[in-house]
Amino acid sequence: MLSIKNLHVTVDGKEIIRGLELEVKAGEVHAIMGPNGSGKSTLAHVLAGREDYEVTDGQVLYEGRDLLQMPVEDRAREGVFLGFQYPVEIPGVNNTYFLKAALNAGRKHRGLSELDAMDFIKLVKEKMEILHMDESLLQRAVNVGFSGGEKKRNEVFQMAVLEPRLAILDETDSGLDIDALKDVAHGVNALRSGDRAIVLVTHYQRLLNYIVPDFVHILSDGRIIKSGGRELALEVEEEGYSELRRRAAPA
Amino acid sequence: MSSQAQDLEHLVHREYEAGFVTEVESDTVPPGLDEDVIRLISSKKREPAFMLDFRLKSFRHWLTMSEPVWAHVRYNPIDYQAISYYSAPKSGADGPKSLDEVDPKLLETYEKLGIPLAEQERLAGVAVDAVFDSVSVATTFKDKLAEQGIIFCSFSEAVQEHPELVEQYLGTVVPHTDNFFAALNSAVFSDGSFCYIPKGVRCPMELSTYFRINAANTGQFERTLIVADEGAYVSYLEGCTAPMRDENQLHAAVVELIAMQGAQIKYSTVQNWYPGDEEGRGGIYNFVTKRGDCRGDNSKISWTQVETGSAITWKYPSCILRGDNSVGEFYSVALSNMRQQADTGTKMVHIGKNTSSTIISKGISAGHGQNTYRGLVQVGKGAEKARNYTQCDSLLMGDKCGAHTFPYMEVKNPTARVEHEATTSKISEDQLFYCRQRGISEEDAISIIVNGFCKEVFKELPMEFAVEAQKLLSVSLEGAVG
Amino acid sequence: MASAAVDRYLEQFSTFQAELPGHGVDWLDRSRRGALDAFAKTGFPTPRHEDWKYTRVTPIEKRSFRIPERNGIEVQGADLERFGLGALDCEQLVFVNGHYVDALSRRNVSESGVRITTLASAINASSPLLESHLGRLADTTSQPFSALNTAFMSDGAVIHVKGRNGDQRPIHLLFLATSDDMVAHPRTLVVAEAQSRAAVIESYASLTEGCYFTNALTEIALMEGAQLEHYKLQQESPAAFHVATLEARLDSDSRFASHSISFGGQLVRNDINVRIEAEGAACLLNGLFMVGGRQHVDYHTRIDHAKPRGTSEEFYKGILDGRSRGVFNGRVKVHPDAQKTDAHQSNNNLLLSRDAEIDTKPELEIYADDVKCSHGATVGQLDERALFYLRSRGIDEDQARSLLTFGFAREILERVELAPLREKVTDALLERMPNAKQLREMVA
Repeated sequence: MLSIKNLHVTVDGKEIIRGLELEVKAGEVHAIMGPNGSGKSTLAHVLAGREDYEVTDGQVLYEGRDLLQMPVEDRAREGVFLGFQYPVEIPGVNNTYFLKAALNAGRKHRGLSELDAMDFIKLVKEKMEILHMDESLLQRAVNVGFSGGEKKRNEVFQMAVLEPRLAILDETDSGLDIDALKDVAHGVNALRSGDRAIVLVTHYQRLLNYIVPDFVHILSDGRIIKSGGRELALEVEEEGYSELRRRAAPA
Repeated sequence: MSSQAQDLEHLVHREYEAGFVTEVESDTVPPGLDEDVIRLISSKKREPAFMLDFRLKSFRHWLTMSEPVWAHVRYNPIDYQAISYYSAPKSGADGPKSLDEVDPKLLETYEKLGIPLAEQERLAGVAVDAVFDSVSVATTFKDKLAEQGIIFCSFSEAVQEHPELVEQYLGTVVPHTDNFFAALNSAVFSDGSFCYIPKGVRCPMELSTYFRINAANTGQFERTLIVADEGAYVSYLEGCTAPMRDENQLHAAVVELIAMQGAQIKYSTVQNWYPGDEEGRGGIYNFVTKRGDCRGDNSKISWTQVETGSAITWKYPSCILRGDNSVGEFYSVALSNMRQQADTGTKMVHIGKNTSSTIISKGISAGHGQNTYRGLVQVGKGAEKARNYTQCDSLLMGDKCGAHTFPYMEVKNPTARVEHEATTSKISEDQLFYCRQRGISEEDAISIIVNGFCKEVFKELPMEFAVEAQKLLSVSLEGAVG
Repeated sequence: MASAAVDRYLEQFSTFQAELPGHGVDWLDRSRRGALDAFAKTGFPTPRHEDWKYTRVTPIEKRSFRIPERNGIEVQGADLERFGLGALDCEQLVFVNGHYVDALSRRNVSESGVRITTLASAINASSPLLESHLGRLADTTSQPFSALNTAFMSDGAVIHVKGRNGDQRPIHLLFLATSDDMVAHPRTLVVAEAQSRAAVIESYASLTEGCYFTNALTEIALMEGAQLEHYKLQQESPAAFHVATLEARLDSDSRFASHSISFGGQLVRNDINVRIEAEGAACLLNGLFMVGGRQHVDYHTRIDHAKPRGTSEEFYKGILDGRSRGVFNGRVKVHPDAQKTDAHQSNNNLLLSRDAEIDTKPELEIYADDVKCSHGATVGQLDERALFYLRSRGIDEDQARSLLTFGFAREILERVELAPLREKVTDALLERMPNAKQLREMVA
């Protein structure tokens, strides 16, 4: 589904991603872990199409197509979803309306009819239950005045409604208390399926207790220095990133 | 970035849909202004002596005044002798008695503008006074309103039918000496709307006036007077359009509102006069004086305006908060694109005790537009515990436009609290990226964000007007605001 | 604009011009003459000028002031104690009634990174720095007081900063008035060379309670990467007129901070104009005034962002008691080229008495789109709940009021980086409140 080859990315003249390789197949859940500044968030944003990040080399194929050539909104409509680490506030714009506009933009793109208000509300209610979302959040402006936890729930809620094929969740666990973490994990797990892939970007392995990944990758200085299964995350927790980095260096 | 620029271009280059001309025979006086012209207007309208006196003293005062230059706008000098001060469609010269007598061409004009005048076609909740060039051509639902003692008619009719009310209130909020354009209006105004809500009556429907400039080389000088007697309530709407012409046309209106004890007046405007073309040719000079007087205790006057048209807008709908506990509000969206210039804002004059005012102003500048907020909050010595909150936000779209904020705060009472906040920025890249990442096109994202920016003001508009206002910001917005 | 007042100044000029320093130096004569002509044309400003809407200068206009003579100046060391900066190790130049007094000044000749001269001696020495910088920033065509200063300036300081390491001692310019009915036009020029750093303090104080007129003008040019802290402490006589203009021009990546504190004067007007003339410069305007009685104080600040990536921050607070009147006008203009400008301003005012008045007018004028600008202004009074809280803890009402007033001002004082000066200003503020002594203990 997603194939990244020798990716190099520069931000403000500084190379952040330096020759990254990653293969993600449908049905898989990948966790990308790394210390602060390793390039995790940059990777997530580049995949979503952030325009001020410059790809200087490499290739990213999404379902066999050149992802980097696609404008941001087309990636979204083709099923690439980014859960933001810092969800953006949009004053005055109703959360429900925003989501409906997003959903229908995607449906139209795929040649489906737009959902009418009734069907949309039905869908929304369904998804809200999974996440234990407070209904009042629907009537508020997008992310405005939301607590940190509410913003993250809102991200996963949007994902649940939009049903992406490739979901990239950037530090979705940061700033969550244990109840919120469980709800968010529950929301993500509910989306796991054979034709969908999920990439979790995280600093801590805590989230992985609740969303068990098939693969874990350690990102350091813009490269994946080690890949493994679930156990690699525990190893990181045990030994810290610097030890891993030290051991990976000579290789 | 360049695609964003293109979307902006597209957004700001919308067509002016109300730009057509209606071919009707008109009775138009030749250009020029002197006392004879004023006498002619007055006699055409068969006015009583007090009206002619009012006009003449206004004119004589106007001759001593000079055009104000302090506004942040630029335009070539206006030749006041080249303007025709009276133009009326011939068929309606005597004032139609009912809609059946109105020239079908005029009905068609309003139909085309989306303002059907036949009552059965109107939404039941809105009564309309339609003003075409210098005269009112039709007023709907008059009889139904009269059942409750509400007077809603053209200004000319009020002068004939209720001269005592007109004489009592005319010029008491905006004196004929107030400013250059108000003095000119007081001398030559031809028609407009008059509304009186008796004591304790809550007007059962929205009242509205639709202004249309049609004739070339004429000015439009209408006058609106609304009196809400003790405990009364009225919501009043105003809309305006004009044909596309290469010459500038002057619109110098005066609106006076009077709220007696416990009365409330809500006045909403969607102003869409022809803005001129991209090069700045043509368009209306909209130099308007609007002022409300909260004369009684516990009264309230609320102004809401959406200003998208006109080449130049110069208007400051204001509230004199004379009565104790009176409340003044001003909600404004002003859009300046192409070569449009807007210098608009409000004055909140706190005189009574415990008076409070709120000002929410949203300015959007695009193209080569210049948008200025100018506002005065004045707290007099006796205005114990006066409160004001002002929020002015400006959004800049493109690097050739300008956004300016000039608030004046004058406080002479130590128990007052006055707060002003203003911000200026462009649409944030983060917001755009977030919307696009959810699959929303850049153009839609911009319009969603812009309308979100204006929401606090749109929510003050009556339902139908809110929809029209959003349309004027040229986007499909169903549900985004509500 | 002929008026008796204007004629008086023209006459004064023809009487005194031969005595002004540099008489006969061509460029200077032309500059003085040009300024005087401009003043003759404009006359004194009236409230019809938008910039003078809330401040009438008729009291200054109506009164005639003499140019004081150099002799007859008797100031004791003890007088200086009161206005000196005590613990602060600084260069100190003392001017009495507009004239430099060497015997009262304290100067360390070995200072190498900075060259300090008096204006009169710099003129007499034909300093090339003067010809290239003096009068370059002042607007003598439309600012009548700047024009008057330029025509009549006779002394002041010329500070040329070259040192890069920032270990120069601060420079204190103390302007003292000792006699009534006199006028002084102090003129200061600061040129900070590339990457240099310095701190300059201007103090205005008096040994008389009478009426006199100070009309100061300061020009500051910051070259690339220069950093300058400018402080002004105004404690003139309660009957004095004080008009001061500061013009600063910022080259790329320079940093300028202006701190202006105003307590004295009957009629005070401060103009602070900063022009960000090249990319990446930053400025901070920090100010406080506290007035009572029938004092009138007017601050007009203007920041011009003429080039990209500039930042400006502005914080002004006013405290008004008695029948005093305050004016704040803060203008920020972002020119079409100045993308990525970041400009924020706030102005808060506290009305302590029935008859005090404030007029405030923050202005934003923006011609570039990729900017972040904001301003906020408030007028209010002490928080009744806080007052109640303090009193419920046994603090008497007067003291509680003073405490809260001090709390309001403190934010501004804390931005004063030179600690001895910060203390000095804090003391001056406390002295203006009842129970100063107890208060000092409470806020220490």
